Amino acid sequence: MKKVEQLSYSSLVISADRPRHVERALGDLRDGFRAWRLAFALARLDLRNRYRGSVLGPFWFTLSSAFMVGGLGLLYSQLFKVSLADYLPHLAVSLIVWQMIAGLINDAVACMTSVEGVIRQVRLPYTVHALRCTIRNILTALHQVPLIVILFLILGHNPGWAGFLAIIGIVILCLNGFALSIFFGMICARFRDIGPIVGNILQLAFFLTPIMWKPNMLGDIQVWLPLNPFYALLETLRGPLVEGGGAWLAWAAAVFFTAVNCTVAFAFFARFRSRIAFWV
Amino acid sequence: MGAQIVSRGVAVAFPLYHAPARSLKKRLLAKAGIRVRTDESNRVVVQALHDLSFEINQGERVALVGQNGAGKTTLLRVLAGIYEPVAGSLRVDGEVGSLIDPGAGMDPDSTGRENIRLRALYLGLDDTTAAELEAEASEFSGLGEFLDVPIRGYSAGMAVRLAFAMATSMQPAILLMDEWFLAGDADFMTKAEERLAQLVQASEIMVIATHNMDVVRRWCTRVIRLEAGKIVGDGVPGDIIGDA
Repeated sequence: MKKVEQLSYSSLVISADRPRHVERALGDLRDGFRAWRLAFALARLDLRNRYRGSVLGPFWFTLSSAFMVGGLGLLYSQLFKVSLADYLPHLAVSLIVWQMIAGLINDAVACMTSVEGVIRQVRLPYTVHALRCTIRNILTALHQVPLIVILFLILGHNPGWAGFLAIIGIVILCLNGFALSIFFGMICARFRDIGPIVGNILQLAFFLTPIMWKPNMLGDIQVWLPLNPFYALLETLRGPLVEGGGAWLAWAAAVFFTAVNCTVAFAFFARFRSRIAFWV
Repeated sequence: MGAQIVSRGVAVAFPLYHAPARSLKKRLLAKAGIRVRTDESNRVVVQALHDLSFEINQGERVALVGQNGAGKTTLLRVLAGIYEPVAGSLRVDGEVGSLIDPGAGMDPDSTGRENIRLRALYLGLDDTTAAELEAEASEFSGLGEFLDVPIRGYSAGMAVRLAFAMATSMQPAILLMDEWFLAGDADFMTKAEERLAQLVQASEIMVIATHNMDVVRRWCTRVIRLEAGKIVGDGVPGDIIGDA
């Protein structure tokens, strides 16, 4: 029999009088990221199990996006009287990024409650669960990349050098996804009504965010758009891929919202981390 | 430095968030000796553990005894670092291995072998140790070709074998154990007992929650009796549970 020598997670010292909230939350994050291989393996299993026995697997998602982009593209380019070649790249990128954002948030809501069995039986950094949720959604979104590539090739749309800025956009998106997984995962474990509320807000946000429509269709009031965090996030990817960089105000807003999001999530995590096991 | 557990005034209370207060209250009051109260914000709170102070040193084999609902499993989970105490302080030195729920973290759609690899990741093992765990657990489980079948297709007995093999393939310094291991077919039980005994012997500290006084007499050097979340007895087995 093999002896466990390495101390996988920080040793256990708890004092209710001196809770050391911040220090232990940082420890959780550090241990959790160190266990990224576990989070990755679990995320892959989630995907595999979700599409078990299906021939196309996650590519069903790609196929449905393709039909959606095609159908909506034809209809709305007529409604808005814009050329299809102009409208399709916008719609495709917006829709796919939106699907990733919405998927992340919808998953984040159940991020802790769906693994209550594990939380209550095994001592693991909570970071692992949030990381699993984020990685799962990134993997799902990766299946959509071929769709964008094929569409750009057909339309002869070349994002140029600005396209590389999308890498920063992806990092920003993942960072937000992780922070939201922590925050919503916790708060939805405690207050079970928040999940449905979040779902409703997302539905509304889909129409309020320039996904089907373009920002310039708003005319003068489009200066207010950066107040919409979804727009800001969307723009960090759509800007580089479709519009040759994107508005600097949108980038600034994205960085601002990310900072706020991470700060709030960390504060909440530090304060209430020790309660998660009782909440789920 | 050897393994050690030091607990000073540890208390755990469960707020019952998502349950209809009245009916659950009645049910719990009827079943358990634990005190159920309603706190200032009108939530139902189960006071699971009260002001527990004890010290467990290297070489001790401790049995937690008491009625259902006395707080044995909760205390195990506190020691495992799952539930954090709301009062008092706790220090656990040494790698903890918990045999609390054998099935925790198993994925029903993965094969036995994949589950063993997953467990290695849960434990945070490096590749060489993970390979050793895999060899060890697959050999002991005796599942043979079934190791490459998704465990959804396992019989209850086979699932127990696999869970047991995985859980007992690593030797922790501090072994926390709940009573689940008394399941499985007779042939396997003999093998299982041997292996558990080995694990217990080699651990520096063992804490087991059990109703089985035979197990206590055979393995333990110390008994802590819990009642309604409090320690009501602590000493050598003969004094606490009497002679057979």
